[in-house]
Amino acid sequence: MKALNIIETAYRGTLEEQDDTIVWITHAMKGAGGDLSVLLRGNAVNYGVKAQNVGALSFGARQQKSAPQLAEDVAKLPGKGVEVFIVEEDLSERGIAAGDLVDGLTAVSRDQVPKLFDGFDQVWHW
Amino acid sequence: MADKKTLTFALMDAPFENARSTTALRLIDIAARRGYDINVFAYEGAVYLPFSHQAKHANAVHGHEVEEEDHPLPREWVSAVIAEAEKNGGKVDWVNCGLCVDERGAADSVDGVRRGTPGDFWNMASASDGTLVIPTK
Amino acid sequence: MANYLLIESRDPFDSNDVGQFYGLAAGLAREGHSVTLFLVQNGVLPARPSAHSAALADLRGAGIDVLADDFSLQERGIAADGLADGVAAAALDVVIDHMAGGSKTIWH
Repeated sequence: MKALNIIETAYRGTLEEQDDTIVWITHAMKGAGGDLSVLLRGNAVNYGVKAQNVGALSFGARQQKSAPQLAEDVAKLPGKGVEVFIVEEDLSERGIAAGDLVDGLTAVSRDQVPKLFDGFDQVWHW
Repeated sequence: MADKKTLTFALMDAPFENARSTTALRLIDIAARRGYDINVFAYEGAVYLPFSHQAKHANAVHGHEVEEEDHPLPREWVSAVIAEAEKNGGKVDWVNCGLCVDERGAADSVDGVRRGTPGDFWNMASASDGTLVIPTK
Repeated sequence: MANYLLIESRDPFDSNDVGQFYGLAAGLAREGHSVTLFLVQNGVLPARPSAHSAALADLRGAGIDVLADDFSLQERGIAADGLADGVAAAALDVVIDHMAGGSKTIWH
């Protein structure tokens, strides 16, 4: 079985979880033997931006030690055999240039997305 | 049952916050009435759906005491669909994502719920006729 | 060719992403797949003849079955016999039928 994980909503609990829960579960399922790819669309295309940087977060004396590193988490996926697609129009509409992104992402146009689904047994929109 | 199917659902929403939890349980109930085998992977806030400490309360705005208000408890709905599936020759395998349970302190669940991992979801989906992920917003 | 069930739970009055999802349905239909769009929860709001209903009629014109959950319609006081062009009321069982039949089922 081959599955495509679509990630559209961004920054959903990422500070509390110290990651994106769908990027995380993709890593976990891959580690458990899954055959997956990821499609970043909508606001989640921002996860590819190299310059993301969570500043120091503290509540009283409680300081966050392990801030999320979303771009790095995304960038690690291709090396594990998880292809990461990213929708071009969603990038350009948000003013994100190709040079702003981490390496290893595969750009697709919005029109190509239906064809992309052909290669997967399951399409999961998270 | 000649037309018995196996379906898998992944849920993310905590109860009482939006319509998705109710729709998810409506879907599971339909499958349970058909006697299907149903896998549920409860991820993130959804691990609270079968939380055993949910409790009814009165509602002064409605003018109801506890019994009259009969406040819905998703844990009762979860137990009900588990029983319904069994009654019809199927079963519900409800898996709460273990790390999600830990961070939320949601370990106490109704009977029929077990702890698991994303690997369980992958294996369930791989063996199912159909899989539906219902994401949170 | 595959069977697709696209479930739209959000409404275009609230979310820009809904238009993209309708567009995905249209794109899959253009690719030759059998596509059903099932509206549920607030996703049924444009099923009442209104500012955003034309998009649903367009999808129907592209060969896509556009269905609206009868429970969600009733909950919102939208008459099942007065829906926007191209939309039909249906029971949620449709989703289970599709899942059981192996359709690629995608929730938005």
